Amino acid sequence: MISADIQTVMPEIILAVYAMLALLVAVYTTKDAMAPLLTWVTSGLFVLLAFYIGAGEAVTTTAFDGMFNNDGFARFAKIVILISAASVLVMSQEYMQKRDLLRFEYPLLVALSVVGMMVMVSAGDLMALYMGLELQSLALYVVASLRRDSLKSTEAGLKYFVLGALSSGLLLYGASLTYGFAGTTLFSGIMAAASADFSLGLLFGVVFMLAGFAFKVSAAPFHMWTPDVYEGSPTPVTAFFATAPKVAAMGLFARVVHDAFGGIVAEWQQIVAFLAVASMFWGAVAAISQRDIKRLMAYSSIAHMGFALMGLAAGTVLGVQAMLIYMAIYVTMNVGTFAFILGMEKDGRPITDIESLKSYSKKQPLMSLVVLIMMFSLAGVPPMLGFFGKFYVLRAAYDAGLGWLAVAGVVASVIGAFYYLRIVYYVYFGEDTDGVDGTMSPVLWTAAVVTAAIVLLAWVPGINLFGIETIAQAAAETLVN
Amino acid sequence: MIGLEHYLAVAAALFVIGIFGLFLNRKNVIILLMSIELMLLAVNINFVAFSSFLNDMVGQVFTLFVLTVAAAEAAIGLAILVCFFRNRGTIDVEDVNVMKG
Repeated sequence: MISADIQTVMPEIILAVYAMLALLVAVYTTKDAMAPLLTWVTSGLFVLLAFYIGAGEAVTTTAFDGMFNNDGFARFAKIVILISAASVLVMSQEYMQKRDLLRFEYPLLVALSVVGMMVMVSAGDLMALYMGLELQSLALYVVASLRRDSLKSTEAGLKYFVLGALSSGLLLYGASLTYGFAGTTLFSGIMAAASADFSLGLLFGVVFMLAGFAFKVSAAPFHMWTPDVYEGSPTPVTAFFATAPKVAAMGLFARVVHDAFGGIVAEWQQIVAFLAVASMFWGAVAAISQRDIKRLMAYSSIAHMGFALMGLAAGTVLGVQAMLIYMAIYVTMNVGTFAFILGMEKDGRPITDIESLKSYSKKQPLMSLVVLIMMFSLAGVPPMLGFFGKFYVLRAAYDAGLGWLAVAGVVASVIGAFYYLRIVYYVYFGEDTDGVDGTMSPVLWTAAVVTAAIVLLAWVPGINLFGIETIAQAAAETLVN
Repeated sequence: MIGLEHYLAVAAALFVIGIFGLFLNRKNVIILLMSIELMLLAVNINFVAFSSFLNDMVGQVFTLFVLTVAAAEAAIGLAILVCFFRNRGTIDVEDVNVMKG
C-alpha cells in the first residue's frame, strides 16, 4: 500500500531529495563555484523527470487516500512546468554568472519551488494544496530578492512576500470555511457535499479560495504585485515567474474548481468570467503606457492569464483543454521572448527600456525577425502559435454559451495588439539611436531562434501543434467528469 | 453556552483586523508581518473550532501544518526585510516605493 503511494509521488520525491542533497553537498564543498554545474544538472534532472512522467502509463492513480492525484491533467501540467523551468534555468546561467548573481541556492530554490508546483497540480486535498502552494511561494519569495544588494530586487521580494502571504491567508480562510461546511478536506468529499447541499458558508469558502488563486495567477483585480515584482527581480527570475508558476497556479485553479466544485459550475462561473474580463482589459490597457519591457511583459502576462481563465470559465472539458493548450503556448512564447530580453544589453549592462530597441533591425536582422514573430504571436496574429491558443479559448467560451465573454476577449486582444506592434515598429522603423548592442550569447540565441521557429511553424500540416490538441483533450477528460 | 458561531465570529473579526492591518498600516513593515500572522491565527481558530464541532481530527492536523508554514513564512519575511533594510536604511511602509505599481 505505502509502496504504491511512494511509487505515485516518485518524481516529487526524487526532486526534493535531490534538492536537499545538492544543498548539503554544495554547502560543504565549493559553494558558489558549483553553481553553473548545479544549474545544468538541475535542468537536466527536470528534463529527465518530464520524460519519466510522460513515458509513464496513462492511468489515473491516487496516493495517500486521495490526497495526491496522478492523472492525465497533472501529468500534462507537470511536463509543461518541468520543461519550462529547465529552459529558463539554462537561459539564466550565463546572465547570472556575468553579473555575479549565480549562487548555488538559485537552481536549488527553483527545484524546490518546482516540487511545490508539482504537488499543487496533483493536489487532491486542501492540505496537499496548501503545502504545495506554500512550498512554491516560499521558494519564490527568496528567488525574487536574489540580488540582495539591490534595492529594487529586495523591494520586489518584500512586496511579493507581503501580497503573497495575504493571498495565502485569503485562500486558507476559504479552505477553513470549506472544510467546516463540507466536513472534509478531500476534494472528492467536498464535491459530494457541495452538490448535495450548497450552503452560504461553502459559497464564502469558494469565493475566498478563488480570490487567493486569482492572486497567484495574477488575475486582475488581484494583479498589483505583478509589475513591481517583474521589474524588480533579476531578469532570469522574471522569466521564471512568467512561466512555470503561472502554469502551476492555473493548474491548481482548474483542479479545485473542477475536482472540488465541479458539481456547482454555475456558482463559480460568473466569478471566473469576471476575473477573465478584468484581467484581459486591464492587462491590455495598462501596458500601453509602459516603457520598461519587464513591466510590459508583466501586464502582458496579466492579459494572457485573462484568456486562460476564459477557457476555465467555460466549465467544460473543452474549456479545460483550451486552458491547457493556452498555457503551453503561453509558456513557449514567453520562453522565447525572455530569451531575447535576457540578451538585451548595452555596453555589457542589462537594459530593459523598450526605446533602446529602436532601429534594432539594422544591427541584427535575424534577431529582429525573431522579435517580430514573438510579438505577433503574443498579440495573436495568425498563423503564429499564439493565435491558436486564443482560438481555442474563444471557441470554448462560445460553445459554453459565454458569447459575450468571447467578444470581450477579441476586443481586449485588439487593444493589446497595440503595444506588441509598437515594439515591432521600434525595431524596424524607429529612428537611429545607440540602443542595445545586438550581440547575444549562443545559448540565448539558440533558445530564441528555436522557439521562434516553433511559434512560426507549428501550424504546418504534419506538425499540427505537435499533437498537443489530443494530449490536452485526454488530460482535460481526466479532470472534468 | 458558547457555540460554533461564537468561535467563527471571533475568527472572522481577527481575520478582518489582520486584513485592515495590512491595508491601513502606513508605519512599519513589521506590523505587516504581525497582521499576516494574525490572519493565519484566525484561520487556525476556524480550523480548531470546526474540528471540534465536526468531531474530526483533520482540522487540527491542518492547524499544525498552518502553524509550521507560518513560522517558515515569518522567517523568510524577516530575512527579506533585513536585506531590504540594509539597502534602504528604513522599513517604513511609505518608503517601499522605488517602483510604483
